[in-house]
Amino acid sequence: MVDAFYKSGEPIADAKAPQGPIEQRWTTRKFEAKLVNPANKRKKKIIIVGTGLAGGAAGATLGEAGYHVVQFCFQDSPRRAHSIAAQGGINAAKNYRNDGDSVHRLFYDTVKGGDFRARESNVHRLAEISTQIIDQCVAQGVPFAREYGGLLDNRSFGGTQVSRTFYARGQTGQQLLLGAYQALMRQVDAGNVELYPRHEMLDLIMEDGRARGVVVRNLLTGEIRHHTADAVVLASGGYGNVYFLSTNAMGSNVTASWRAHRHGAYFANPCYTQIHPTCIPVSGDHQSKLTLMSESLRNDGRVWVPKKGGDTRRPADIPEDERDYYLERIYPSFGNLVPRDIASRAAKNVCDEGRGVGPGGLGVYLDFADAIGRLGRKTVEAKYGNLFEMYERITGENPYETPMRIYPAVHYTMGGLWVDYDLQSNIPGLFVTGEANFSDHGANRLGASALMQGLADGYFVLPTGLGDYIARNNLGPVSETAIAEAETRVTEQIDRLLAIDGDRSVDSFHRELGHIMWEYCGMERTEEGLRKALELIPALRAEFWSRVKVTGTDAELNQQLEKAGRVADFLELGELMVIDALHRTESCGGHFRAESQDEDGEAKRDDENFSYVAAWEWAGSDEQPILHKEALEFEYVHPTQRSYK
Amino acid sequence: MAIAIPKVYRSTVGKKAVMAVTGAILVFFLLAHMIGNLKVFLGADDFDHYSEWLRTMGEPAVPHRTLLTVLEIVLVVAVILHMWSATSLALRARRARPVKYQSRKKSHAQGYATHTMRYGGVIILLFIVWHLLDLTFHVVNPKGDGYTPYERVVADFDASRWYITVWYVLAVVLVGLHLNHGVWSAFNTLGWRTPRNDRTLRGLAFAVAGVVTLGFISVPLSVTFGWVS
Amino acid sequence: MKLTLRIWRQKGPGDKGAMVEYPVDGISEDASFLEMLDVLNEELIAKGEEPVAFDHDCREGICGMCSLVINGTPHGPERNTTTCQLHMRKFRDGEVIDVEPWRAKAFPVVKDLVVDRGAFDRIIKSGGFISAPTGTAPEAHSTPVPKPDADRAFEAAECIGCGACVAACPNGSASLFLGAKVTHLGLMPQGQPERWDRVVSMLETHDAEGFGGCTNTGECTVACPKGIPLDVIGRLNHDYIKATAGGRKQ
Repeated sequence: MVDAFYKSGEPIADAKAPQGPIEQRWTTRKFEAKLVNPANKRKKKIIIVGTGLAGGAAGATLGEAGYHVVQFCFQDSPRRAHSIAAQGGINAAKNYRNDGDSVHRLFYDTVKGGDFRARESNVHRLAEISTQIIDQCVAQGVPFAREYGGLLDNRSFGGTQVSRTFYARGQTGQQLLLGAYQALMRQVDAGNVELYPRHEMLDLIMEDGRARGVVVRNLLTGEIRHHTADAVVLASGGYGNVYFLSTNAMGSNVTASWRAHRHGAYFANPCYTQIHPTCIPVSGDHQSKLTLMSESLRNDGRVWVPKKGGDTRRPADIPEDERDYYLERIYPSFGNLVPRDIASRAAKNVCDEGRGVGPGGLGVYLDFADAIGRLGRKTVEAKYGNLFEMYERITGENPYETPMRIYPAVHYTMGGLWVDYDLQSNIPGLFVTGEANFSDHGANRLGASALMQGLADGYFVLPTGLGDYIARNNLGPVSETAIAEAETRVTEQIDRLLAIDGDRSVDSFHRELGHIMWEYCGMERTEEGLRKALELIPALRAEFWSRVKVTGTDAELNQQLEKAGRVADFLELGELMVIDALHRTESCGGHFRAESQDEDGEAKRDDENFSYVAAWEWAGSDEQPILHKEALEFEYVHPTQRSYK
Repeated sequence: MAIAIPKVYRSTVGKKAVMAVTGAILVFFLLAHMIGNLKVFLGADDFDHYSEWLRTMGEPAVPHRTLLTVLEIVLVVAVILHMWSATSLALRARRARPVKYQSRKKSHAQGYATHTMRYGGVIILLFIVWHLLDLTFHVVNPKGDGYTPYERVVADFDASRWYITVWYVLAVVLVGLHLNHGVWSAFNTLGWRTPRNDRTLRGLAFAVAGVVTLGFISVPLSVTFGWVS
Repeated sequence: MKLTLRIWRQKGPGDKGAMVEYPVDGISEDASFLEMLDVLNEELIAKGEEPVAFDHDCREGICGMCSLVINGTPHGPERNTTTCQLHMRKFRDGEVIDVEPWRAKAFPVVKDLVVDRGAFDRIIKSGGFISAPTGTAPEAHSTPVPKPDADRAFEAAECIGCGACVAACPNGSASLFLGAKVTHLGLMPQGQPERWDRVVSMLETHDAEGFGGCTNTGECTVACPKGIPLDVIGRLNHDYIKATAGGRKQ
């Protein structure tokens, strides 16, 4: 019965991580990796898809190193990549606060925060590199927050007990991305990077089992072109938009990763989805995306709902003893600062009990009245002014006077294409970085860690492994047949989408898929719900391919056509996510199975049976995917049930 | 005729800097000119004597009318450069937006003065031409050659020629508006404006514009209303 | 809400384009301006018509992709707000709303409301960076930055590169965009070595792209969704004059 929806394949081992003490593994790997002769680098071509933190940093670094880089993004400029929207900050084990932080503590926190579903070697490397990232960004002129003495300021973030988060007001992602973008543009100017904005990767060119190039569509003219290279790097971000409503940008998509997956690249842990607890609730059917409010708000805001259900009084009219500050009640030691997954699920639980507030009862209060009373309005304004303004712009309510309403929303996807220690997927020559890969966050990502991982991958990790691959493989030109095959696949799919000429818009399918995913594969997953989704999604996919209406032609800017291709991929990915969620009968991090909880309703891991990475192999549309397990071993941080009480 | 213009002056910022510097020269000239004009209130002798002094300045170190001629050349060059930069920037602006907005584009910033700079500048130029023909070359002056400067001024703004006074006042008001934006703008152009001195600079521009406007219109109005005769 | 939209429709770069009227009904006051356009587009698709093309991505006011001149004002009537964050409660029921693209020679229209802002990338490419090859960076605390400088640099660095300054400027100038980057990098100690070359090179690119010159009208800073102050242009001018007339450029 259990095996009815997938097949089991060979287990995999990440052979690239060196053995030995964990502190020395990265150094060892850097030494063991073969180097490319500097004189040859110019002749080696590398394709990078995406220009966010991971892609932009990689383009700048590889261009500087002397490779011939060809880079694509679907936006009109590399500076628009969605990394720009990250608000809170970036972690680094600098220990500038002298508060007991260290590389080992950051490593420990990240493994634990990831609910023991990440590789120790990778996470340790990430913690080591974290300090270099800050140096690099400061050298680029990133205007981090500073203290009066002129030194960098830090704050505590996302449930950690040390202050290791570097930030630039609420726009850290923007400032880091602009730093990477500017470094990238410098390489464009130097002629080392060929940049193609408004180009979308639609297929991978494969030859002899290796990734040798991509087929892209010029989004302005519709022209289909191929680019061949010695290696391909995907830095195309996460797939949270499978839920339709998420905090991702409208254009964020899984297409680059998914098309690679269809060529055999394993997709790892697709069900690990981070639901961010502090987002602005849905206001109506018109809603196109959800807006995140920085998690830092929980440092001073108190989360509550009315004690009794169906209480429609204005929040100010509800007396103190009729309020339930449920996070403080359930988790007395961490209170409002519990990790994201826990805060999100607690919000869902109180709303499920009928105690939610606002339209549809899908919201909880985040109240600053105490903070304003204690610190004064001025201080609160200095800390959160821009967030309060943003909230007021969107909701029309003034959070200085009435509590904010928040609700969890899909924010980040920990899963992604499977990669080894070198960030290489199981397809030789295909590298995956940043949110697009699955590597470092396990089942749950800590706050301020995404920026760290994206930049670590792009600036520091990728060049080593990629160089090793280039140095070891002297590849000839790509055959015309391989190119023609890939181009044909692309044009055939476009023709097919345009030919359907049905009666339902692309968006209506996306919305419906999102609804299914949120309902059955969202914050809380059950066997029954997941099985239902497993029926609904293939049916919706079939309907999509018979009823979708794509207006316009393929030889112009056609946003409907772009979207249709992306939704087609989401319709396949969604099913895989459900399968992954269904097979993993434990709860861990961003995956909560209702069947696997303790008596207090907390997530219960099953280390005995599920301490592995689930890497899924594509077997064909409407075919059962094949599961490859990569066992996880914990030598340094011993798995314990997380407790934030 | 190709004039080799240094690259820096061909840049948009360079052109604005030229406007700022030449504008400053013209502002100082206006202030001096205005002070001279006010001598009309001290009587005909003072006024005519001042007029004569302009021509004899620097004597006997330099020949008759030398300094005045130098000054005139500086002014002409300043006006030409100011106009050249303005025209070139205006043409550039027109090229920069070949398709106009369909809805009326709303202005949200600054004041009315900002929007008078270009057409105001053209009207001021026309005024200068008329003004030179009137009181420098005496071509359109009712008295003309053979009279004293004082007599020409009094005849010019006679109550019967009220329309000349109106024209003069209008032109001077435009000059005032031009300065109200221009003086402040020059500081920003030269990079001397900071958030801290912004209010001061706006005040300065307003004061200069006000003084120049009042100083210049007081003379024709006084003549027209018969306070000076 | 019931509204009448008059939207610029232009099939492609070579097409002449014109305003076309579309009535929409049943719009929620809580919808954003772009969500209102989504509703219109869904209706157009249902009728088999071509939806309106417009640029947008993050829809949270930071990526700088959205544009639109709404009733003659870039990003619409609300100050310090991008179009994606503008909500329909800022309009009256029954209002006629004009929607146009950014208009500038340097931002050619691609289709409908979509323009090509590649000129901004080319300006950055010509010097809007600090040369710091990966791995060469000194320890972050080795160079303290006075807090006022860091704060002002941040204020300038907030620019999202949307192009509203150009759309608002009567001269079609990108001086605010340019000034913001020159100010950000010029205030950081790390940006000093390239400071003078940077400003000259970036301004030359700005001019070559066909943007107009600044005449200090201040329209840009009012239209800027991030409220980048006009001082950045003063600083741009100052640095440019010092670099050229003052002979600082190498």
